[in-house]
Amino acid sequence: MELKTLYREIVNEHNLHPEHKRNLENPTMVLEGVNPSCGDDINLQLEIRDGVITDAAFNGNGCAISQASADMMIDLIMGKPLEEAMRLQKSFMGMIQGTASEEEIEELEEAAALQDISHMPARVKCAVLGWRTMREMVEKLEGE
Amino acid sequence: MTNAYREDFPILLQDDTIYFDNAATSQRPRQVTEAMRYFDENCNANPMRGLYRWSIEATERYEQARADAAELIGAADSREIVFTRNTTESINLAAYSWALHNLKEGDEIVVSVMEHHSNLLPWQMAARQTGAKLVFLEPEPDGTLTEQEITSKITEKTRLVAIGHVSNVMGVTNPVKLIAQTAHKAGALVLVDGAQSTPHMQVNVQELGADFYAFSGHKMLGPMGIGVLYARKELLEEMPPFLSGGEMIEYVSRESATYAEIPHKFEAGTVNASGAAGLSAAIRYLKNVGYDTIREREECLTARLMEGLRGLPYITIYGSEDPKKHCGIVTFNIEGCHPHDVASVLDTENVAIRAGHHCAQPLMKFLGVGSTARASLYFYNTEEEVDRFVEKIGKVRGWLGY
Repeated sequence: MELKTLYREIVNEHNLHPEHKRNLENPTMVLEGVNPSCGDDINLQLEIRDGVITDAAFNGNGCAISQASADMMIDLIMGKPLEEAMRLQKSFMGMIQGTASEEEIEELEEAAALQDISHMPARVKCAVLGWRTMREMVEKLEGE
Repeated sequence: MTNAYREDFPILLQDDTIYFDNAATSQRPRQVTEAMRYFDENCNANPMRGLYRWSIEATERYEQARADAAELIGAADSREIVFTRNTTESINLAAYSWALHNLKEGDEIVVSVMEHHSNLLPWQMAARQTGAKLVFLEPEPDGTLTEQEITSKITEKTRLVAIGHVSNVMGVTNPVKLIAQTAHKAGALVLVDGAQSTPHMQVNVQELGADFYAFSGHKMLGPMGIGVLYARKELLEEMPPFLSGGEMIEYVSRESATYAEIPHKFEAGTVNASGAAGLSAAIRYLKNVGYDTIREREECLTARLMEGLRGLPYITIYGSEDPKKHCGIVTFNIEGCHPHDVASVLDTENVAIRAGHHCAQPLMKFLGVGSTARASLYFYNTEEEVDRFVEKIGKVRGWLGY
């Protein structure tokens, strides 16, 4: 997808009207994800009950791709068990690295629109910021 | 309006790309690439040591570049020119070789908030290692450093003032001469980061009062990988080598060595001689164009660009309102649009600009922004490009969903 089309059809909506950009009342886990080189930051908040992501939200500042990608990620992981969220995370990272299968990409629903970011090395870190932060949170939980 | 200089720049002729990232690196004219090719095809040999024709010619070309660089910046002696890879390496050389051996606890290093990281981090390092303290010159909102600020921060504790000649974000030219006078009165030395000034204005290190002056070849039509540290001869003679090894010695025994004369004691290892040949050609080219012409062209283009951007809603321009005080650098933001998104959508329109913190995070904080977009012009840009650029900027908010 051409970049301007990508913005028009997907990114702009999630950037200008993000459904999940808010604060949770009772997050069980909060983590700040940062891209130091471009100053993007995301404050990801998860409510995890019995191994299931029962609620999720984010706050932050950054480019449209970083913010929209986080919003789309939350669409996908909300209500999912942690293993499922991590599986989707692997698919997303694989998509960005150009190694994911078609089925894996399809599962990412709207977030699959970001697959052409794999051809834009400068924007990869924006697209993966939310996902990377979520992975760090789950890994932390698993380590506890 | 056409611009006859463009004919010399093959990269500018290939398509309609608007290259407005000249403050990051400039483009190279044929004359520069030809000089480098001449070196590679006619006298490529290790300079300094060889006793045969090619090596002798390589040495001559390398030393000619040193003389050209000395003349360009008004150095009294070409031995005051040390070749490095770039401005960053030049400043590091001064920090490691001069600052670490001359600063002590209680001393102060004065820098401005506008410095590029390459003129900040080496001094942070030197301060950490010697116990010296960093003191910051705070600019006015438009980037001006006032005399009051300069004279109040430079004191008898100051040992070094490290200052950018032209800010790579604001485009403002700092009052280096006044800073140097103040510093010298206080008994301090002055290092000038000339990366953004040397491409655009006639520099005379002696008139400025610079004890150290650093610049890069690649921002002034030359190749990447060749830069200069100018330092007064007395300073260079007292400074220990930064790197050691080949080409920088006089005599070596098993346990010790005596170093070569300046500037060679600072140029360890095989040097970038073909890059130096390219730098020579770049200096010749700049002289042929002339700094007056360069300034006139840039002022005219900058005025047009700023006027165009001011005519658009939602745009904030940083720095002075006077285009003449921008040195071709126009840093801006479009309300609601992150600069990285701006640069990415402009790329799809064949427009190259820089977006981000421009290696000047303390300045971004001072301006109260996370990042900015920056268009930076050079004499080979055209009015037509400026107009096309402004037209595209007017569409960015639409592309980003507003």
